[in-house]
Amino acid sequence: MLKTFPKGGIHPAENKITSAKAIKRLAVPKVVYVPIAQHIGIPSEIIVDRKDKVKIGQVIAKSGGYVSSNIHSPVAGTVTKLDMIVDSSGYKKQCIVIRTDQKDESNFQEPEFPLNREITMDQKDILQHITDSGIVGLGGATFPSHVKLDLRNDNKVDCLIINGVECEPYLTADHRLMLEKADEIIVGIQILMHALHINRAVIGIENNKKDAIRVLKKAAKLDSRIKVAALRVKYPQGSEKQLIKAILNREVPMGGLPMDVGVIVHNVGTIFAIYQAVQHDRPLIERVVTVTGKKLKDPSNFWVKIGTPVKDLVEEVGGVPEGTRKIVNGGPMMGKALKDTDVPITKGTSGILVISEDEASRQQTKPCIRCSNCIFVCPMGLEPNLLMDLSEKGFYERAGTEDIMTCIECGSCSYVCPSHRPLLDYIRFGKSIVKKLQVAEN
Amino acid sequence: MAEGSIIISASPHVHSESTSRRMMYDVLIALIPAFIVSLYVFGLPALVMTSVAVSTCILFEYLIQKYLLKTESTIGDGSALITGVLLAFNLPATLPLWMVVIGSLVAIGIAKLSFGGLGNNIFNPALVGRVFLLISFPAQMTSWPTPFENTTKFVDAISGETTLGIIKEGLMYGETMSAITQQIPTMTELFFGFTSGSAGEMSGLALLLGGFYLLARRVITWHIPFTILAVMALMTGIFWLADPEIYANPMIHILSGGAILGAFYMATDLVTSPMTKKGMVVFAIGIAAITVVIRLFGSYPEGISFAILIMNAFVPLIDKYFKPRRFGSRIKAKIV
Repeated sequence: MLKTFPKGGIHPAENKITSAKAIKRLAVPKVVYVPIAQHIGIPSEIIVDRKDKVKIGQVIAKSGGYVSSNIHSPVAGTVTKLDMIVDSSGYKKQCIVIRTDQKDESNFQEPEFPLNREITMDQKDILQHITDSGIVGLGGATFPSHVKLDLRNDNKVDCLIINGVECEPYLTADHRLMLEKADEIIVGIQILMHALHINRAVIGIENNKKDAIRVLKKAAKLDSRIKVAALRVKYPQGSEKQLIKAILNREVPMGGLPMDVGVIVHNVGTIFAIYQAVQHDRPLIERVVTVTGKKLKDPSNFWVKIGTPVKDLVEEVGGVPEGTRKIVNGGPMMGKALKDTDVPITKGTSGILVISEDEASRQQTKPCIRCSNCIFVCPMGLEPNLLMDLSEKGFYERAGTEDIMTCIECGSCSYVCPSHRPLLDYIRFGKSIVKKLQVAEN
Repeated sequence: MAEGSIIISASPHVHSESTSRRMMYDVLIALIPAFIVSLYVFGLPALVMTSVAVSTCILFEYLIQKYLLKTESTIGDGSALITGVLLAFNLPATLPLWMVVIGSLVAIGIAKLSFGGLGNNIFNPALVGRVFLLISFPAQMTSWPTPFENTTKFVDAISGETTLGIIKEGLMYGETMSAITQQIPTMTELFFGFTSGSAGEMSGLALLLGGFYLLARRVITWHIPFTILAVMALMTGIFWLADPEIYANPMIHILSGGAILGAFYMATDLVTSPMTKKGMVVFAIGIAAITVVIRLFGSYPEGISFAILIMNAFVPLIDKYFKPRRFGSRIKAKIV
C-alpha cells in the first residue's frame, strides 16, 4: 500500500496529456511584460527607467523588503514602458515592458549549463545567491525561497521534503523537469542540505509518474541521505501540510508552519532554480510551463521566459481552438481564469489550461441535500457546507471560530458537491472578511 | 475566440459530475429488489398502493409549489418520488387508498414543503406521513395482509399479523418465547420476506441487496446502518441472554419489523441525518436504543419509525457537537 495523507481528498481525472512531451524552448518573445508583484509579499521596487538598456539577468526590480524578491530581466533589450497591466489575479499591476533587442546575440543563444556536481560555496554564500537570484516557490505559491531557508532562529529542521507530487490534473511541468533534470535536482537538494545542515531529504512523487520515480531513484543512489517516496495518487497531496503528513506522518499544527514539525518543503522546480542560481549564477528568468487542453492541436511543455504573453505560448501549440470558453493560469483545481491571452507568464505559472464550452460552464446551483461529501473530502477536517452558510449569511465571527482560515482552498468541496454549490467561492469571500476583522482586532 | 465569450470564474474549474438527481435515482434503484418481493408476496394491492403513494406525492409537490408557494417546481429532482416509494414501503399493502393519499399530503405538504423543501426538512417526510397515519388510523395501520393470499383482489378483512405483533401479544398473555416461536415465521421466511408486514419492510435479503448497492455507490456510508443493527443486536442480545423465555433473540429483532428498512433507507436519509461520521454513529446509537426500548417495554410492537423521528430532532445538536477533527488540531506535534 502506497503512502498518502489519511483525511479527505479526491481523485479527479488526471488528463496528463502532455506527460510524454519533452520540454521545448519557446522562441524569445518580441516584447516581455514583467510584473513587479510575482510573489507573495511586498512587491519589488523598479530600478530601471524608460529607454534604459538592460541585459539578460540584470536586476530590474529589487526586493522591496524581507518577504520580497528581486526580479531580473528575462531578455536583453530596451525598457519601453512602465505600465499597469492586468495579470492573472485579474487586477491591474505595475509592470516593466521590455522590447527584445533582435540584434543582441545573447537573446538567441541556447543557454548551456553542463552538470556541475561540485558544491564549493559555503552556507552564507548559498543563501545569498538564492536571495539575489529572485527565487520563489515555483509550485504556484510563489513564496520567496530565502525566507523559508532562513533558519537563524530555528535549527530543529531535520528533514527536507522535495515536492514532485504535481497533483493538479493536466499539469506535467514538474514531471518533465524531474525526467530531464534529475541529476541537477539531486545536486540542488545537496546544496540545500549542505546549507541547512540537514541529513535527510525525501522526494515525494505520485505513483502516476512511475518513470520520474525510477529516474530520480537512480539519480539519488549517489547520496544515501536522499530517498524517493512513491505516493498514492490523491489530490491535494501537493499541498505542503498534506505532503508532510503523507511522507512523515507529522501534522503541522493549526496556524503553524512546516518548520514547527522540523520540515522544510520545496518544489522540484524551485530546487532546479536553486541549482541554476548556485552552480551557474543564473537568476530566475525562465521556467517550465505546460500548455494543455483537450482541444489544443499540440499541447506540450516549454521553457518560457518570465513576462512572455500567454498569447505567444498558445500560438505555439496551434492557437486558441474554436469554442474555447476559459483560459486558466495553472491547473483546473486551483488555477486562475484569465481575462484574455495578453496576460504574461510569471514565476508562479506552472501551466496554461485551455478549456472548451462543455467543461467551462457551471451547472445551476441546487439546495444542499446535506450529503456530507464536502466534509468527507475536506483534507483540513473542515465543514465546507457550514462555512459557506456562515459566509453567505454574514456570521463571520462564527466562521472564524469554525476555523475558516485553515482552509487551503483546494476546491475539493466544490468539486464533489452534487448540488453544484459554489462552496469555495463563499469560503474565499468569508476568509477575506475574517482576515480583515482579525487585522482590525490586532 | 470571440470578444466577451470568455468565462472568468474562481477555481475549481472542473466538477466530479455527481449530481443530487443521480444520488436520488441510486436510492430508487436500491429499492427495486424490495419492491419486487413486495409484489411477489402481496400482489396487486402492493402495486396499486405504491403507485398511488408515488403519484400523489409528486402531484402534491407540484400543486403546492405552483399554487401555494409559487416557487419553481422541483419534482424533477426525484426526491418526491423517493418519499412516495418509502411511504408506501412503510404502509400495509391493503391500507385504504384514501388514507395513503392523506399520508402523501402530510409527508410532502407538512414534513417537507412547509419546512422549506428539499434540504431544509428536519424530519424524514415519509416517516412523518407514516406516523401520522399510525396515530390517526391505528386499526387500519396495524391490519396486515396475509402473505400470498388475495394477491389479485382487494379485501378488507385481514388476518395477518406481524412477527413482532405476535410476540408482543403472546408475552402480554403470559406465553413463553418457546411457545410463541411456534407461531411466528421461521428465520428463513423472515430473511426472504415471506411474512406479514408493511409493503416493503419484510425481505431482509432484498433490502440488504439494495443497501449494499447504496454503500457501493457511496450514497450512504456504513456508519448509520451498521451501528443501528449492531447496537440493536447487542441490546436485544443482552436481554435474550438474561431470560430467553421473555425476550426474543436478536436475529428475530433484526429480521422482523422495519429494522433493516429503517437502518438502510430511512435513518440514512441524507437531509435528516448528521453530516459527520462521529455524529452518524451517535445518531444511530440513539435510534437503536429507542427502538429496542419501545419494542421490549413499550406498548407498540415496533418503534423504529418513532426512534428515527425522535433522533431527527437531535440532528442539529449532534452536528453542532460532533465535528470532524480539524487538521493540525492535535496539540502535541509529533517529532519522529
